[in-house]
Amino acid sequence: MRKFVMAAAALAASLALGAAAVAQEKLKVGFIYVGPVGDFGWSYQHDQGRLAIEKKFGNKVETSYLENVPENDSERSIEQLARSGHKLIFTTSFGFMEPTLRVARKFPAVKFEHATGFKRADNLATYAAKFHEGRYIIGQIAGKMTKTNTIGYIVSFPIPEVIAGINAFMLGAQSTNPNLKVKIVWVNTWFDPGKEADAAKALLAQGADILVQHTDSAAAMQEAEKAGKLAFGQASDMIKFGPKAQLTSIVDDWSAYYIARVQAALDGSWKSQDVWGGLAEDMVHMAAYTNMPDDVKKMAEETQAAIKSGKLHPFKGPIFKQDGTEVVKAGANLPDKDILSMNWYVKGIDDKIPQ
Amino acid sequence: MSAEALNLVLFTVITAATPLLIAALGELVVERAGVLNLGVEGMMIVGAAVGFAAGYSTGSALIGALAGMAAGATLAALFALLVVGLATNQVASGLALTIFGLGVSGLIGAGFVGLKREAAPHLAIPGLSDLPFVGKLIFGHDLFVYAGLALTVGVWWFLTRTRAGLTLRAIGDNHASGHALGLPVRRVRVQAILFGGACAGLAGAYLSLAYTPFWTPGMTAGRGWIALALVVFASWRPWRALAGALLFGGATTLQLHAQAWGGVRIPAQFMSALPYVVTIVALIVLSVWDRRGTTAPAALGKPFVPDR
Repeated sequence: MRKFVMAAAALAASLALGAAAVAQEKLKVGFIYVGPVGDFGWSYQHDQGRLAIEKKFGNKVETSYLENVPENDSERSIEQLARSGHKLIFTTSFGFMEPTLRVARKFPAVKFEHATGFKRADNLATYAAKFHEGRYIIGQIAGKMTKTNTIGYIVSFPIPEVIAGINAFMLGAQSTNPNLKVKIVWVNTWFDPGKEADAAKALLAQGADILVQHTDSAAAMQEAEKAGKLAFGQASDMIKFGPKAQLTSIVDDWSAYYIARVQAALDGSWKSQDVWGGLAEDMVHMAAYTNMPDDVKKMAEETQAAIKSGKLHPFKGPIFKQDGTEVVKAGANLPDKDILSMNWYVKGIDDKIPQ
Repeated sequence: MSAEALNLVLFTVITAATPLLIAALGELVVERAGVLNLGVEGMMIVGAAVGFAAGYSTGSALIGALAGMAAGATLAALFALLVVGLATNQVASGLALTIFGLGVSGLIGAGFVGLKREAAPHLAIPGLSDLPFVGKLIFGHDLFVYAGLALTVGVWWFLTRTRAGLTLRAIGDNHASGHALGLPVRRVRVQAILFGGACAGLAGAYLSLAYTPFWTPGMTAGRGWIALALVVFASWRPWRALAGALLFGGATTLQLHAQAWGGVRIPAQFMSALPYVVTIVALIVLSVWDRRGTTAPAALGKPFVPDR
């Protein structure tokens, strides 16, 4: 019922927008969000990108969005945006991949952009962010800041993005503190504040003095703040929830990419492509380094600059798997496709990937 | 595992059990009156949204909790109007209530996303709360936890020791006979539904005021459904609801501790499904024990239209 009401509202909204579009020759840009704009995480950050477009291009563009679009029933919503005169459409969740592809085939004159997917067409580009670059930096910070040499790591699902994040974190941590151990708790959800808080409590009870999360709510940050420990935020800057706890947050920032793509669509240079951007492309952005001494802050900033300039690759060799086999030789970097399909842990992680 | 760690494990089990217990006790009374309200999740999330909004605006956790209860009861009043007043299908109305609640809570909470407040105050009795091991465990919780325990006693006493409780159970077992005897079937059911709504709202307010003191859409994350399963698991008895809440709350919490501890490794997916698996097992056990096949209130879920 809720889905139906949403979809009906979406339909009505996009029809109304369609009627308005005929009057003026603006570039209409549409967004499809999987969650509510107010989730203060994933969808919120995409919407910040949309607002950045409006600010930058003013009356040259017109943007609209549909939020809370269920992944398995998104085709109608995407098609309605296409039918109502939107010429550039961003679909911002992995599960929108197939529906976007189908709609893209039907509307060859409309340009589509799908986040985090891997299927492309002449009018369908894909884009994603290298969050693991940020995780390498927070690993280095954690290595310096921990007193108990124990880090608590709260994770959602064993998908490559999450596993690459854990590995990048561990490699960063090992570069500053070879004795560091990481305790991993799988909560089996992206979003359940109560459960995330319980996981945080469990990790703190086991001696972790820094919490890392790859889930979406600010619950773990709040627990760390309450216990007087430290934590890293995820997806958005969570400093409000942990003014004394947050070391930094890995923030998704789509603004620069969205502005560039709208510019390309406006001047006719838009082409289908696959972008996997990180710190260098400003897609991943580190919140202010706080609650740490100046030398650690300086190190973090230097690492950030080195990754940004390409001097440092988070997955530079030599890298060993848990069982000791060498995956990357010294002097080489792990290829992107291996990071995107990662299903193994690096040496030093004491955990088994859930099957 | 050290005594201190064990203490913390038990502490988190109790806090995880509290929202389940409060919501389940409310629903238990509703079902004992013969009404099935599947809208617990919806009333709970509205209670969380309104509770946080009121708590944040006034700075008082108590006002937040009361507002959450009022919000849950308001939604329940809508449900009562439908199923008691108009004798609509209870399953469909309850599901609609959940969907409505999830939507409207997002609307109410929209202005409060990303804000936080201090957690509701915890009990601190000088001397007692500082006792080793048991001090914090028994005397160091927030007031919601004690409210949940008091509610268990209260509901048990009401159902088994009062005339009003007897009336309510009689109506839940056979509303036609109750009506023939002159019992106010519809009035009792409306009162039960409002009580259930207030409990669900309080459970939601506990989440947004004490458990994780902030508001975010969808933060109940299925706890209302677990509370529903809990009522069946408890075979409609308050003390079993308390035991079940500790079991269900404990199942998820303990596996998180087990992972952090690094000892036992149980698939997280299994632990998420466990409350429902346990409920099915409990149903089978109850069915085998009780030859009549069920311990559910006999008139549960049946619409009542008084004949004149």
